[in-house]
Parts: sequence; C-alpha cells; structure tokens
Amino acid sequence: MSELTRMTAAELAAKIQAKEVSAVEVTQAHLDRIADVDPAVHAFLHVSTDSALAQARAVDEDVAAGNQPASPLAGVPLALKDVVTMQGAPTTVGSRMLEGWEPPYDATITTRMLEAGIVILGKTNMDEFAMGSSTENSAYGPTHNPWDLDRIPGGSGGGSSAALASFEAALAIGTDTGGSIRQPGAVTGTVGVKPTYGGVSRYGLVAFSSSLDQAGPCARTVMDAALLHEVIGGHDPLDATSINEPVPPVVQAVREGAIGDLRGVKIGVVKEFSGEGYDPGVMVSFNEAVEQLRVLGAEIVEISCPHFKYALSAYYLIAPSECSSNLARFDAMRYGIRVGDNGERSAEEVMSLTREAGFGAEVKRRIMIGTYALSSGYYDAYYGSAQKVRTLIKRDFDAAYEKVDVLVSPTTPTTAFPIGERADNPMAMYLADLCTIPASMAGHPAMSVPSKLSGIDGLPVGLQIMAPALQETRMYRVAAAYEVARNESDGGPLISRVPELEVAR
Amino acid sequence: MTAAAELMDYDEVIERFDPVLGLEVHVELSTSTKMFCGCPVVFGAEPNTQVCPTCLGLPGALPVVNAKGIEAAIRIGLALNCEIAEWCRFARKNYFYPDMPKNFQTSQYDEPIAFNGWLDVELEDGTVVRVDIERAHMEEDTGKSLHVGGSTGRIHGAEHSLLDYNRAGVPLIEIVTKPITGTGARAPEVARAYVTALRDLLRALEVSDVRMDQGSVRCDANVSLMAKDATEFGTRTETKNVNSLRSVERAVRFEMTRQAAVLAEGGTIRLETRHFDESTGSTSSGRPKETSEDYRYFPEPDLVPIAPSREWVEELRKTLPEMPAARRKRIQVEWNLTDLELRDLLNVGAVDVIAATVDAGASPAEARAWWVSHLAQEANTRGVELADLPITPAQVADVIKLVAAGTLTNKLARSVVEGVLAGEGEPVEVVEKRGLKVVSDDSALIVAVDEALAGQPDVLEKIRSGKVAAAGAIVGAVMKATKGQADAKRVRELILERANA
Ligand SMILES: [Zn+2]
Repeated sequence: MSELTRMTAAELAAKIQAKEVSAVEVTQAHLDRIADVDPAVHAFLHVSTDSALAQARAVDEDVAAGNQPASPLAGVPLALKDVVTMQGAPTTVGSRMLEGWEPPYDATITTRMLEAGIVILGKTNMDEFAMGSSTENSAYGPTHNPWDLDRIPGGSGGGSSAALASFEAALAIGTDTGGSIRQPGAVTGTVGVKPTYGGVSRYGLVAFSSSLDQAGPCARTVMDAALLHEVIGGHDPLDATSINEPVPPVVQAVREGAIGDLRGVKIGVVKEFSGEGYDPGVMVSFNEAVEQLRVLGAEIVEISCPHFKYALSAYYLIAPSECSSNLARFDAMRYGIRVGDNGERSAEEVMSLTREAGFGAEVKRRIMIGTYALSSGYYDAYYGSAQKVRTLIKRDFDAAYEKVDVLVSPTTPTTAFPIGERADNPMAMYLADLCTIPASMAGHPAMSVPSKLSGIDGLPVGLQIMAPALQETRMYRVAAAYEVARNESDGGPLISRVPELEVAR
Repeated sequence: MTAAAELMDYDEVIERFDPVLGLEVHVELSTSTKMFCGCPVVFGAEPNTQVCPTCLGLPGALPVVNAKGIEAAIRIGLALNCEIAEWCRFARKNYFYPDMPKNFQTSQYDEPIAFNGWLDVELEDGTVVRVDIERAHMEEDTGKSLHVGGSTGRIHGAEHSLLDYNRAGVPLIEIVTKPITGTGARAPEVARAYVTALRDLLRALEVSDVRMDQGSVRCDANVSLMAKDATEFGTRTETKNVNSLRSVERAVRFEMTRQAAVLAEGGTIRLETRHFDESTGSTSSGRPKETSEDYRYFPEPDLVPIAPSREWVEELRKTLPEMPAARRKRIQVEWNLTDLELRDLLNVGAVDVIAATVDAGASPAEARAWWVSHLAQEANTRGVELADLPITPAQVADVIKLVAAGTLTNKLARSVVEGVLAGEGEPVEVVEKRGLKVVSDDSALIVAVDEALAGQPDVLEKIRSGKVAAAGAIVGAVMKATKGQADAKRVRELILERANA
C-alpha cells in the first residue's frame, strides 16, 4: 500500500502545496488502492477515474502557477455518498429505481468541494435511499467492514465509512437522517459528523426525510472532518431550510481542543443510553472515554433525558411519513427505470410495476408505514403525536444544555454485527440508531469519534458527542482533546490498527 | 355515450328549490418567475423549455418560495377584505398524476395566507350581492397532459399522452367562497358576476393576466339544491375548469335544471366532479368524490413557515389600487354618465382606454366620442378588443389636442387616426407625411377667398347688402380649393372681411 493512502487529508494537502507530491500522484495512489481492495470491500458503486485525475491535474496546475490553494484541502481525494448529485456520474441512491440515472445538475456541496479543489473519486454504496443501518439494503450488494469483512460497515453510509477505513479515500461525504454518518463512523473506527440541521445545504441530496436529512463530513481524524466541514457548510439560497449564518469556526476549535485542556467544560453523560441492549465491550470503552475526558479537566455530570426513550418510535413515524411523499416522484415518467411499458398498459400500471420492481423491501415497508401514518383519521394519532414527541425531545435537550456544554453517549449500542444477522429483523436493525436519533430529531449537531476497541470482540467503538444547534465548536473542541488523549494512551490512532486487507491483484 | 340528462324547466326549479353555490377560482399569477424556482413564467413557449431540476421534481432538487408570489397573495387577500395570517405554512397535497412532477402539489391546507373576507358583486340591474370569501391560499400549478389519439382529447381512448412541464410550478392563488345562498333565480347570474368582479379586481391589482381563454383564471363551480322546506344543504357537484364567464353562468344553470330533475324523480345527487361541454352547454359525469383520494396533507418540510410582519401587510395595503366598483362610481360622476351609458362603455371594454386618454390630457366627452364611435367600429371590423387596436390612448389624446389647437379639423383628425392605425407613426408624423395641416396662413387663404368671391359676384353682392348667410357658398368653394385643410371659421371671418373691404 502506498504511504500516500495512509496520510491524513491535512498532511496530503500540505505535501501537495509543498510540491513534495503531486495531486495526480495522490489521486492515482487512491485509485490504485480502490482497484486493489474494493473487490473485497465494495465501498464504491462508481469510480470516476477520468474526472478525478482531471480535477487533480487542475490542482497541480494551480500549484505550478504559484496560485493560492483553493482551500486547505486542495488535491485531497474524497468518496461521495451516492445520494449526492454530481454531473458525469450516475446517482443511484443504492436503488434499482435510479440505476444509471445521471443527474443534469450538481448538488451545492458537490460544487463547493470541486471549487475547493477536492478530488472526487467516485460514488459510495449505501442502504437504498439511505434507509438502513448496515448497507445491506443496497440494491447493489452489501459493503464489507474493513475490520472484519464478514461484518457490516454501518449504514446507511457504509460505503463512505468503509472507504475511509480501507484507505481508499482520505475524506468522505455522508448524510445522516437518524445516524447514517455517526453509526458507520463508530463501527469502522472513523470520525463522522452530523452538522446542525440547516448548516449544510441539502440541495442535490436525494431526499429521504426532509426535516431530518443532513450532509456532513467523514474522515479519519477530527481535524480532517473540521476542514471538510468548513468547505461544505454555510448558507445556500437554493435550500430554504439552510441557516443564514456563517459556518462555525470548527477548524479553530479543533486547534484549541488539541491542546488537551478541557478545564471549565461541563460534559453530560446521558443516563438513558446504557443498560439492556448495550454491549459490555461498548460500555467499557465508553466509560474509559468519559474517564479520559475527566482527566482532561472536564466536569462530568449525569443527565437524564426522560423523553429520549420515545425518540426511536417517533422517528419511525416522521421519517417514513416524509419519505412516503418524497419517494412518490419515482413514477417511471421522467427518469429512472421503467418497467412493463409495452404500449398497452396505462401510466398508472407502468408506475405500479416500476415501483414494485424498483424499490427494495425496506423502502416499501417505510413508504407503507408513512402512507398509513399520514392517512386522514390517523394523522393526529401518528404523525401529529410524533411531532409532539419531537418537541419534548428538544425540551429535554434545552434543559440539559442549561447544565452542561455537551452531552456524550455511546454512538451505537453494539459493535459491527455480522452481515445477515439482522437482515430479517427490522426492529433489531432500527436499534442501531437508538443513541443517534435524538440529536437528529432536535436538529442538533452530533459526531462520533473512535474510542478504544471493544475488549470483547476487538472491534471499534464510537463516542458520540452532541451539542446545541450551531454550537459545533464545542463538540469539535471536546472531540479533538479526546482524540489526542486517546491516541497517546492507546499507542496511536485507532485506525492504524485496522487489519491489512488482501490485495486483489 | 350516456343518454342526455333530463332537465327541469327553470321556473319550476326556482319554485321548488333554493340553489346553493360555492365557487373556487384558480388564478395564475403573472410573476416573472415560478413559485418555487427561477424559471420564467411565459405562455405558449415550446414544450418543456421553461423547466429546471426543481420544477421537474428531479431527485435532490428543492423549492425556494418566490417572495413576489407571497406579496401578490397578500394583496389579493387584502383586496378581498380578508384577514392575513400572522404565521402559516405550505403543505403537501399527495396524489399521483403524471403531469405533477413530484406527485405532490405544494399547496396550503389548514393554514391559508388569507381568510374570512368578502367581495361585493354588482348585478346587471345594479343589485349588489355580498359574496363571503372563505380563504385565498397559495399553491403551484401542474404541468399539462396532451392525450393523443382519442376522439375527445381526454385520457380515455387515447393512444399515448404527451407531457409539458412548462406550467409546472407556476404560482396559483385559489380563492374559495363560502356557500352562496339566497340568490334564487339569479344564482347563475351571481356566479358570473362574481367571477367577473373577481377578474376585474385581479386586473386592477396587476397580479394576473386574467385570461380565462388561456387558463390564467379557472373556475370550479359547486352547485347544490335544497328543497324549499329543507334545513340542510343538498349534495353538491363540482363542475371543473369552466373557462369563460358565459360558461360559468351556463354551467350553474344547467346543473340546477339537471339536479332538480333528478331530485324530482326521487333520485339522489352523487358527490362528483363534472365536466362542462362548451358546445352543448351541458355537464357530464367525471370522477366520483366518494372514492376520491386521501391527500395525506402534511406541512411541507422543505419550506420554512411564512410570517408576514404586520408592518409589511400594512405597506402592501397602501399599494392597493382603487377597487373597480368604486372606480366605476367615480367615473360615472366625473364623466357625467347615465347608468345606461356607463354599462355600454363597460360592455365594449372602453372604460380603461377612455380613462387613459383622459389621463393623457383629453376631455372625457371627446375621449369617449373617439373610442365608442370611430374606434369601436374599427375594433369591430378587425375583430379585436379596443385595447388591442394599434393606437394608444396617448395617441388618441394627441389627436384630440391637435383638433383643440386648431391644427386639425375633425375630418382631418379622422385621417390622422387612420394613419396611426395603419402604422404610419405618431399623430404629428402622420400630419406631416399626409400633409394634413389646417391652412392657417391667412395670406394663402385670402388669395383663395378673393378668387372665390371674384368667381361668384352675385354672392358677393348679397354679402355686401347684409345677407351674411350667403357667405356659406363661398366657404364651400374655399374649402374645396384648399382641399378641406382650412379652418372653416377663419375662412368665414375672412370672407366677411374681404367682401366688405
Ligand atoms: Zn424551474
């Protein structure tokens, strides 16, 4: 494996600017790595070799001309979740429905990354329409966890997390509706950040649940995530729910945090996120992380958020309701596949046959749940009540943040489970997002950083750090401080301990 | 084909039933861009050229509200004497139809931007009926389906369908009345008068093209009958997309006579949508409402709530123009018109052009004379509206001013107007080009007068002997000699002067 693929994004960008290595060499090293290990990992649905190399060449030309770098990440290769539109490549959202669909426009974050000189290697695998926690729901086959190829890489953004953990890309983009950035980050030993709702434009993200969806940075270090966060964040006039505020200065927060002093910071441990269903290995790792935060000077307080226990149920009404409406547009009329159009059948029949063939079981399940929950006569009992729960969860957070600066919990109750284990048990699958859903429901930022490996199965565990809306700097600071302390006490970054993958050629 | 509906004699309908109306009018706003994207709003463009990811509902695209659309909605609400919501949201109305790109319509549900208003409607004989307004809400239009190969143009029997999304996302305001009761025999007339008054109001607000023929105003008419002794409304039918004023009246009348016949036979009215056939003036059964879809409304999560500040609302209230009814009253007084004269002006659509001509400096009487006599004839011959003639009120005012200044005679003025209509330019240019100026140079006129007097010595004698009326013959001769370009009054003065010199 080329050393270039093991470097952080910040290191790569610096070397490119210092002309120690060219962006083309960096990109080629990652393309080679993809060719070597992706047959086993299956993180990518599409690799954009030509456009990636062209983007890298443009960065090299900039460097040669002595121009200021377009951003601190110019020339760094990134893996883009296949839910984000990019011209010149298909956007399938992991669904048969959009097989081969090439969007005629770029998502706002795609534009911002390209303008920043980031090299987009290709599109990563995901649970169909971002519905799932294992990437097993992809119509194009599962992605494998680089820590153990028989296990899931999390979901829905398992392609992006696996690409990072297998050193196929230095950066990745994920989207998080109920945990789809954070839970994959946790089970692959990588960093995943869900920004404040409205902090990053949703324009060009194929919608799952509009009031919850949020794109965010994925990386192997907290600093890399912060650098990417500043590139993609900020107001977008094309997204009405985008917040018209400057991007929080998260890179500066990481620098401050890395000093390793958390004196004066109050950290709340969410009492409800422990007990039955939580792996002992996860809890040991989590408790050690909390202890480390205390050693760094933080004051640790136990906080009760009594309504969090209703979050999962409410989420599984709101998200399906919105998805039932968002996915109505896939009707075989304008784009995507068309099934059964034999010149005899009506538009309605063709639409029906197409949706039958184009959507997978989990997508259909959620469309049906959502359609039911929005029906007249049931709306108040289901969608209406779920919105009330959402308000109660926000109040729990508000009360908590009166007492503490950030909240922490395990990111997900277990380590990566074996592929197939929960495939036939949606309820068990949904539990993977138990700890991540409350922040999604409140629209608050939250992130997962690797804590120590589980002592039981030797797999990665994630520490979730949550903060109030637009207070990303708080969580990045705590994450950066913890990362330094953790790496020191563990003899280096967790990601350095991911097993070598067999090379395909 | 189903058999023609049985109809009851209209007088009998009125004897036995009370009609109840509910009118839903969809108005396309004439904003420069669509409601939720930047695509232009234009009528008649090549299919699928005025589209973008958002109005095509492409995966990942998002809506952003057009502030001008909200402004127009609030102004319409205010003009209809509505309350304006302090906080309201868009909602998704979910149903599948191929010409609706997202398979939901972004609309408003239980939180309309304007509600609880009224509009006073004047009937032909001057009776004023107050129509209560339930709500006015914002939504987006759908695309258009063209069904090819069938005999009716409807989807049934068509071989294939074409879809044009140019109209998808065009801003619409839906204005819904409360039930209109107690109008009796005049119900069809009230329906027509309401849509007319609404159209005039929207035109005055300059928020819509209000072209019913192009679909920028579309009316759905809900009609039901209650027996004279009934205490509850009867079952209604909803006749969709009635697209002319006359059709509104006919559709209501037809439904009244049809429903009455059904009820008189002991039948029941089905809650259904019906289609109006312009050629026969009848309605036919459409989709039954019992099985109509559950629209599963919920607040649109891609858009933020709208909370128009009271200050803004009051600012918009100040931008409201004079309401058409008030304007008519004022004009009647200022122009000194009888009721009949005013109605005639309204019928030929001359009020606006006359008012504009008056605004450009002409007197109301002269402006009226020009537009209703000569120009109305011209419009009639050409088969166009007065306002669409190739002459502007300002040009007509110019001609009137030239006459008043003595530069043109009335006869010459007519020729100037002809020239303007023929595209020869502004009135003064036509005067120049056609050489139509009144001969006001006395020396030239004196030569002509002297010649005429010399040519008719007998008349000259009569004038000299005090028979001034005899001068008429000389005037005629001078006018002939100057090809009508002389001012007859001045000619007369000169004749008397020269004869007695
Ligand atoms: Zn558009």
